[in-house]
Amino acid sequence: MAEELNPMAKTLGESLRQSGVSRRGFLKFCSATASMMALPPTMVSAVADSLEKAKRPSVIWLSFQECTGCTESLTRSHSPTVENLIFDYVSLDYHHTLQVASGNAAEAAREAAMHDNEGNYLVVVDGSIPLGNPGFSTIAGISNLQMLEETVAGAAAVVAVGSCAAFGGLPHAKPNPTGAVSVSEIVKDKPVVNVSGCPPIPTVITGVLAHFLTFGSLPELDSLGRPMVFFGKSIHDRCYRRPFYDKGLFAETFDDEGARKGWCLFRLGCKGPMTYNACATTKWNQGASWPVEAGHGCLGCSEPDFWDTGGFYNALSIPDSDVIRNAAYVAGAGVALGAAAGALNRRKQSKAASEHETVTIDDLDKRS
Amino acid sequence: MQKLQDIAVRVEAKESSESTVDHANAKPVMHEVLHALKRLKERGEVTTIDLKSMPFGPGDEEALLSYLGCGEVTIELQSLGKSRICETFYPGVWLVDHYNATGDRIALSIEINRVPEIVRSQTEDISHAITRLEQQLNPDSTA
Amino acid sequence: MSTPVDFLLWVRGPGFDIALVVFLIGVVIRLLEVLILGRKPDFAEPRGAELGAGLRTLVTRTLPEQGSFRRSPFTVVGGYIWHIGFFISLFLFIPHIELINATIGLSWPGIASNLVDAVAAVTIVTLVAMLFSRMSHPVKRYLSGPEDYLTWVVTILPMITGYLAYHRMIDPYPLALGLHILSVEILMVVFPFTKLMHAFTFFIARWYNGAMAGRRGVQS
Repeated sequence: MAEELNPMAKTLGESLRQSGVSRRGFLKFCSATASMMALPPTMVSAVADSLEKAKRPSVIWLSFQECTGCTESLTRSHSPTVENLIFDYVSLDYHHTLQVASGNAAEAAREAAMHDNEGNYLVVVDGSIPLGNPGFSTIAGISNLQMLEETVAGAAAVVAVGSCAAFGGLPHAKPNPTGAVSVSEIVKDKPVVNVSGCPPIPTVITGVLAHFLTFGSLPELDSLGRPMVFFGKSIHDRCYRRPFYDKGLFAETFDDEGARKGWCLFRLGCKGPMTYNACATTKWNQGASWPVEAGHGCLGCSEPDFWDTGGFYNALSIPDSDVIRNAAYVAGAGVALGAAAGALNRRKQSKAASEHETVTIDDLDKRS
Repeated sequence: MQKLQDIAVRVEAKESSESTVDHANAKPVMHEVLHALKRLKERGEVTTIDLKSMPFGPGDEEALLSYLGCGEVTIELQSLGKSRICETFYPGVWLVDHYNATGDRIALSIEINRVPEIVRSQTEDISHAITRLEQQLNPDSTA
Repeated sequence: MSTPVDFLLWVRGPGFDIALVVFLIGVVIRLLEVLILGRKPDFAEPRGAELGAGLRTLVTRTLPEQGSFRRSPFTVVGGYIWHIGFFISLFLFIPHIELINATIGLSWPGIASNLVDAVAAVTIVTLVAMLFSRMSHPVKRYLSGPEDYLTWVVTILPMITGYLAYHRMIDPYPLALGLHILSVEILMVVFPFTKLMHAFTFFIARWYNGAMAGRRGVQS
């Protein structure tokens, strides 16, 4: 009986079968999961084989210096819904925002989960960690740094959800008053997956969790520790407005002819070329749309230091200064200097001319 | 250079004759379907295209679905929410549209196959059916 | 300067301003120096017109001369290929036109990015081949000084960094873009003080040669 109460003991295949889900239903679940993990459809049978034997991992969710936007994003995930996620994919044992009413019981649940699943649980972190003063951010009287170090000690891996946890995010923006740092700057001895974005795309969060559930391992990561399947291509390369960029057709303002015709937003400061994320394919709000489709350039929210990229509405590669005005001043200075140099040269020339002596054959004879 | 304060914001009514996007990303998928259909005929090779992973622009998906249309067969699957599976206007090209229990779409794909894999009765379910049927017919046996 | 983004902000901000100042002042000084110096007045009676001959030489001296083509076809053909390739990469790549338009308001049609990409690859390969020829050919090597190698380096760097940035072969992208802009800034700074100035002075020299010959009524 105790066995049955513990969902961790059963594989996903067993528990779904027990709740009356047919193989067909299971295959449907697997296609949705493969699609969510951005795996090619040919992988569905491999996903099914793995999910059949998979055991739901225990997940501890820690929230530090953050705005809860990441949790908001996750709870608005529709495939799977957050209920599906919690019941089918993971055992979410601690999430202090969702469990806020539970007080000490929640902290006890965290400790129990850590103890029972030593070495096997996943830690999800949203928010950055202040190193300036431990008192800047605490939960149940425990500083963020202490809670992170304590919780991560027995974890299998850490998923840093959102740009704050992944790269420091808004708290880390200049002048970084709290001394905020990312998770990977503190956790050095465990694998860390960065699911960046402000907020991250909900299916990207669940996709990483599903990958861990399915294959018992972490997905392949890029140089910034982000899963390649979602962050492998730049927004620019996947953008449906890209053909307009290649043709040199740009919107100049947010309401001109070009903007209405859906032309490229590069001139309006779109950070698509430097930004790696899955917005162009996964989209937002149940696939409804995404920022560029809505007519606003990409802010680059899944990149490190995106708050400090010199303005959301300034194009990436265009010099900041007023080039024409500077060039006019500089050319003026150049003319003055050039005229002076020219005058010096002329003087040298005329001096040479005036000192020029004519020499006759006789003179040469005399000298020799 | 364009600074935020330089950008004039003016709200105006959307013009109705707005059809400037040429659904550029729907066409390549149609070509992919054509090649997959040829492979199905020649070698019996099954292809699945996940439409959720396509960088569609506004209206691209709708354009693609209306190109494909709906053909002779429509199947409704009831398992972990509804699924609508229909053969498109082009036999051998199926649209597999999965929804969850709350009615949100969780997967949308095109399957080029004689019958979509998920429609066929699964071996595990058949074994389970045999057990259940045997129990039904011999309620006394201790199976 | 701690992050790639800071680096990018520096090169497209203060870095660009510095490069622009050095480039413009340098070019204007060098040109004025040449022009103000002038020539002694020629009191001889002109035997022909300067204008037609001057313009003609601008064109003829730009076309390959048969003799030198026969003697060193590689130098002539390679020189053409990379000069034209460099020009196309610089002025017909749409993001570059976009940059010029955003800074000085001039714009013209570009060509497809993948075409520019192919041209850039050919240009880089040709530049490398030209260097190889310069270093292996005994006469060319004898004639080459440090300045020739310096100008080669500052010319090929923007091509290489641009190619790497376009293909996203440097990670992260702001670093790739920053390196590309920085390499162009180095080119701008070195430009006025080296033989790269020929990009401006060749017009003057070719015009002068032709005009002088025209005035004397001889073939230029």
